[in-house]
Amino acid sequence: MISFACKLARPGFDFDVTFQSNAGITALFGPSGAGKSTVIRLLAGLTRPDRGHISIADEVVLDTDRQCDVAPHKRRIGMVFQDAQLLPHLSVRANLGFGRWFTPRDLRRIGFDPVVEVLGIGHLLSRRPDSLSGGERQRVAIGRALLTSPRLLLLDEPLASLDEDRKLEILPFIEHMRDEFGIPTVYVSHAVEEVARLASRVVKIENGHVIATGTPAEVLAPTSLAKAAGRFDALSILSGRVSRYVEDYGVTIVDHPAGEIVVPGRIEPSANAVRVVIRATNVTLAIGRSENVSVRTVLAGRIAHIETDGGPFALATIELKGGEQLKAYATRLAVDRLGLDAGDHIQALVKAVAIDERGISGLHVVDQV
Amino acid sequence: MEWLPFSTAEWVAIRLSLRVATVAALTSLPLGILVAFVLARKRFPGKALVDAVVHLPLVLPPVVTGYILLMLFGRRAPIGAFLEQTLGIVFSFRWTGAALACAVMGFPLMVRAIRLTMEAIDPRHEQAAQTLGASPLWVFMTVTLPLAFPGVLAGIVLCFAKALGEFGATITFVANIPGETQTIPSAIYTYTQVPGGDEGALRLSVVAALISLCTLVVSELIARRTGRRGVNIE
Repeated sequence: MISFACKLARPGFDFDVTFQSNAGITALFGPSGAGKSTVIRLLAGLTRPDRGHISIADEVVLDTDRQCDVAPHKRRIGMVFQDAQLLPHLSVRANLGFGRWFTPRDLRRIGFDPVVEVLGIGHLLSRRPDSLSGGERQRVAIGRALLTSPRLLLLDEPLASLDEDRKLEILPFIEHMRDEFGIPTVYVSHAVEEVARLASRVVKIENGHVIATGTPAEVLAPTSLAKAAGRFDALSILSGRVSRYVEDYGVTIVDHPAGEIVVPGRIEPSANAVRVVIRATNVTLAIGRSENVSVRTVLAGRIAHIETDGGPFALATIELKGGEQLKAYATRLAVDRLGLDAGDHIQALVKAVAIDERGISGLHVVDQV
Repeated sequence: MEWLPFSTAEWVAIRLSLRVATVAALTSLPLGILVAFVLARKRFPGKALVDAVVHLPLVLPPVVTGYILLMLFGRRAPIGAFLEQTLGIVFSFRWTGAALACAVMGFPLMVRAIRLTMEAIDPRHEQAAQTLGASPLWVFMTVTLPLAFPGVLAGIVLCFAKALGEFGATITFVANIPGETQTIPSAIYTYTQVPGGDEGALRLSVVAALISLCTLVVSELIARRTGRRGVNIE
């Protein structure tokens, strides 16, 4: 349990953020320069607010009204910086052991071997940080933070400095870590897919203020045409269960009440629901069966409402079988020509290749064999 | 050592120079690291003044520095008298005074070298160590100091080299006493003041050049062995 309330005024930047969070991953989401990293630095004690109150696991670590400010090294927070920040003069093993060494013996809950195994860094232990790839460095940084047995884990855009392939390599490790060690985590990102895939709760920050809080589906889906920052950011989150992996084609079939969703890559079947992020610009609407198209993912539903503002675009909200909502962008022209209206039964077509792998929970990327 | 063309007096000067330079470089090191760290990482009122005082010997005429030392550390001067009474340390007209003069003259170079490497260290390395549970002292010992090692090494070398060549402040503060305060530069100066001293002056000049060269080579080798590039001091 974290409770956070801080105010900070700097020339050209006014910061006033309040939020609470529980177990699981809380995502701080928003554009660059919104103040997300400031939240992280305040939580870690690396920046001091003008006024503020922070408590972590029921211990007050900052209260400017009562002159309380626990030093960063006493807060027992694990922090992962955007660019790993491994200590360059120490080996990977020494980097991993660094924080553990400063952790009192009776507070060490997390063992060295499980961390090394979960993050897959056993073969790197004797290497120097400058000989690691970006993805390897980031995994070691996560392991190093975990090994302090922190009460709270802070991940400050851990994937931002990596290329797309490396991002996909790290995401399953972060999910595995979340499920394995159960440490409350604050995850900073401006990538919707990452947030949708990992977070149980999203705090959306803009210009130093919280503008929305809730589940990923509540915060990330556009509520209206006008409020969508841009149509390319509008998305829906569907959850289903892994049906099967089709090895010949390298795709996984996810069962959803409205139909089968084909996603690229392999997802291990598990009891957990799989989240699939679908961008509203990647949904095609069709009336009746449409067999002769390349799209394999066809979801059945009913148009809840269509929003237009006189511009070229229309945003349709589709109520899928099973109750989940799917957002779809179309041109107003298409909506009028097809005569689409609220209440119509339609098919929503989603191209599998347009699904960003980052937005599929549990996904392991399948490289060409 | 008879095959080497040095007189006893010259040997004494060479040995004294090496001792004075070594003592000057090593005893000023802890303070040098501390001052460099404070100047590189801390913000406090009067920082510009501290910076200026540290760099003063670099711009003052060495004779003036020597005279100030004489006024502060002479036997009847305030600090000098205090140190003699409490700790039994005497600087005036002793080789320890020569070491003090050399240390003061070399101090700005040492601080500058260490400070530059410390400023080049990404402060987020230190912050990362903090979040991993290291107290400020531990951060300094396990992160800042090891990463600043090339600069520390360069600082020692620069201070040592400056001490070998120091003349003005030394001769003003502790005079030119053979066997006690007559270092290589003082001995060369004495040679140039007597008829027929050219040969001796040349011999000692060659020695001074060789020692300086060796110092640079050794420091370069150590810097390479630590696997990092040496620091550039403008």
